[in-house]
Amino acid sequence: MNGDEAVAFAAKQAQVDVVAAYPITPQTIIVERFSDYVANGEVDTQFVCVESEHSALSACVGSSLAGSRVFTATSSQGLALMHEVLYLASGLRTPIVMAVANRALSAPLNIHNDHSDMMGSRDCGWVQVYAENAQEAYDWTLQAFRIAENHKVSLPVTVNLDGFTISHAMEGVAVLEEDEVSEFVGKRDPMYRLDTTNPMTFGAMTLPDYYSEFKRQQVEAMNNAPPVITSVNDEFKKASGRQYSKLSAFNMEDADAAVLCMGSVAGTARAVATKLRGQGKRVGVVKVWQYRPFPTRELATVLSKVKSVGVIDRAVSFGAPYGALCSDIAATKVLTGIQTKIFNPICGLGGRDVKPADIEGIFETALRHAGGAPIDDPVTFVGVRP
Amino acid sequence: MVTLKELSTQELFGPGHRLCTGCGPAATARITMKALEKPAIVVNATGCLEVASSIYPDTAWKVPWVHTLFENTAAVASGIEASLRKQGKADAVDIIAFGGDGGTFDIGIQALSGALERKHDFTYICYDNEAYMNTGIQRSGATPYGAATTTTPAGTKIPGKMDAKKDLIGVCVAHGVEYAATGSVAYWNDYITKVRRATAVKGPAVIHVLAPCPLGWRFETSETIKLAKLAVQTRYFPLYEVENGKYKLSMKIPKPTPLEEFLKPQGRFRHLFAPQFAKNLEELKRQVESNWNRVAQLCGEAPAQTARSPSQSSS
Repeated sequence: MNGDEAVAFAAKQAQVDVVAAYPITPQTIIVERFSDYVANGEVDTQFVCVESEHSALSACVGSSLAGSRVFTATSSQGLALMHEVLYLASGLRTPIVMAVANRALSAPLNIHNDHSDMMGSRDCGWVQVYAENAQEAYDWTLQAFRIAENHKVSLPVTVNLDGFTISHAMEGVAVLEEDEVSEFVGKRDPMYRLDTTNPMTFGAMTLPDYYSEFKRQQVEAMNNAPPVITSVNDEFKKASGRQYSKLSAFNMEDADAAVLCMGSVAGTARAVATKLRGQGKRVGVVKVWQYRPFPTRELATVLSKVKSVGVIDRAVSFGAPYGALCSDIAATKVLTGIQTKIFNPICGLGGRDVKPADIEGIFETALRHAGGAPIDDPVTFVGVRP
Repeated sequence: MVTLKELSTQELFGPGHRLCTGCGPAATARITMKALEKPAIVVNATGCLEVASSIYPDTAWKVPWVHTLFENTAAVASGIEASLRKQGKADAVDIIAFGGDGGTFDIGIQALSGALERKHDFTYICYDNEAYMNTGIQRSGATPYGAATTTTPAGTKIPGKMDAKKDLIGVCVAHGVEYAATGSVAYWNDYITKVRRATAVKGPAVIHVLAPCPLGWRFETSETIKLAKLAVQTRYFPLYEVENGKYKLSMKIPKPTPLEEFLKPQGRFRHLFAPQFAKNLEELKRQVESNWNRVAQLCGEAPAQTARSPSQSSS
């Protein structure tokens, strides 16, 4: 199945109570497959086919507050239209799971993959994970419900999958049996809900005397997430045999230089690293799975072993010193004191293919830096016409 | 019609809220909650009613209540309804959505349209004070022609808002809703009857309530109910209901009070009485009469026999 179908299948197996969604390429297949499940009576889910993404996530917030397990999916402009609702969902502590088939933002109009959409909303208070392929999209979607609905977290989660590259690419996906998923995911047990027998006020107007405390509690919830995610990863391994973590390190033990990235590019990077290893070049790959909360310590540990790393961003942060991911790595350096040299190749915008030769160039640059060459261009655009 | 004795003495919208003295929306919320016969969940759009009833850590609501954003109230209500349906509780609970005129006529109309089309079982109540009062009296799609607001001030050249009020009920009826009605805080028993009809409908229902705002309309805080009554008696705000597309006048108003009696106590219309804006006053009167005739005709009533003239006014 393709990545979108894998996500829809995971949502089906998680027995979500309510799905409210709106079509947008390249996420649409998720909504379509789920609609098939509803139409064929394969799920006992209320499917609310709304008139916009803004209403999609708003309806999800309503359902989640009423106590339901809720799922939705979007992309690009849809995520941008949801922007204010994203903050609402995290501020109201609704454990919604949303798949984002990452796509470029307009203008100019482009329906293909990069990470501009999610990076534009990275501070929205959601836990954010990135999948590399359809298998990971399926696996993370199942795990996302457990993470979101954990009472120590109670935050919404986005599962990011690269538009088309993952969403539309057919792959073999190993799925769990229905009873295995039921046992792993369980049922949602809401801490608070809209309950006529126990009336509560949600979304109160909050003035300067209390607003900061609400935000502090959200920070605490985000800080609570990493150990919860680890235990969910471990339980998922028991159920599936597949081990997830905050990041995945490939050939990093004795590497001099590395590429760090998120999403589908990681596969290309590993293939290129393997080829270069064959030539005696000591290179490795770091793939970030858990982008928010950012695994600062874990990344510092793995990066401290290499002399140089090329941090690939799939989005532009206009006017910023680095792209979004590289800014976080720069902060990681400052916070932990690691001495790894960093540079920031920006590539694959608007679905432009990131070719093995592009990655090889990044490795070569990293190796040069590792060998003592100065960093002439801290931010470069790879594969772009001059 | 319901009688006072039949009403609950329970105040689900409690005292202690921070709305203004003489606030029409506050009265709307109070009598709405008194009308309900089932346990309710309230969804409230951003606006005066929301900000002044929920300031943390206090709340005026003794029912489960949620505020999310300005424009998405009908969508949030949709989600709540979907959840209750899944839980098998949809028939046991009334979902009431409150939105002001800005949150309904303007920024929230898309979400409302979607929710009406999808036939969610909820009652949407628009408390209409005819401008964005919470942000300081800016014009909305519900502000009437000629009214001065802070974004349509009574200037020396342009005397207030130059566009007419939207027909909200017409928009909702066009969606095929089973029940839609207008209401007034001055006619509480008519209003309560309508809320009960609205909540009894399986599917969406809409009530549009004229809720005078002493601050924004600029009148004495003791005159709210009087102004609301005059709005009806001058035919400025016709009371009617629409059941399955069939319009019915709730009050026929055979001898309308001159419109000036409704306009004159309000600062927002004061400039229309200056000689240079006499034409604009006439235009407002024309619009009021034409709206009444339109509604009367839809209700199968004869249109007004004579046009008002300045000589008939009480001035």
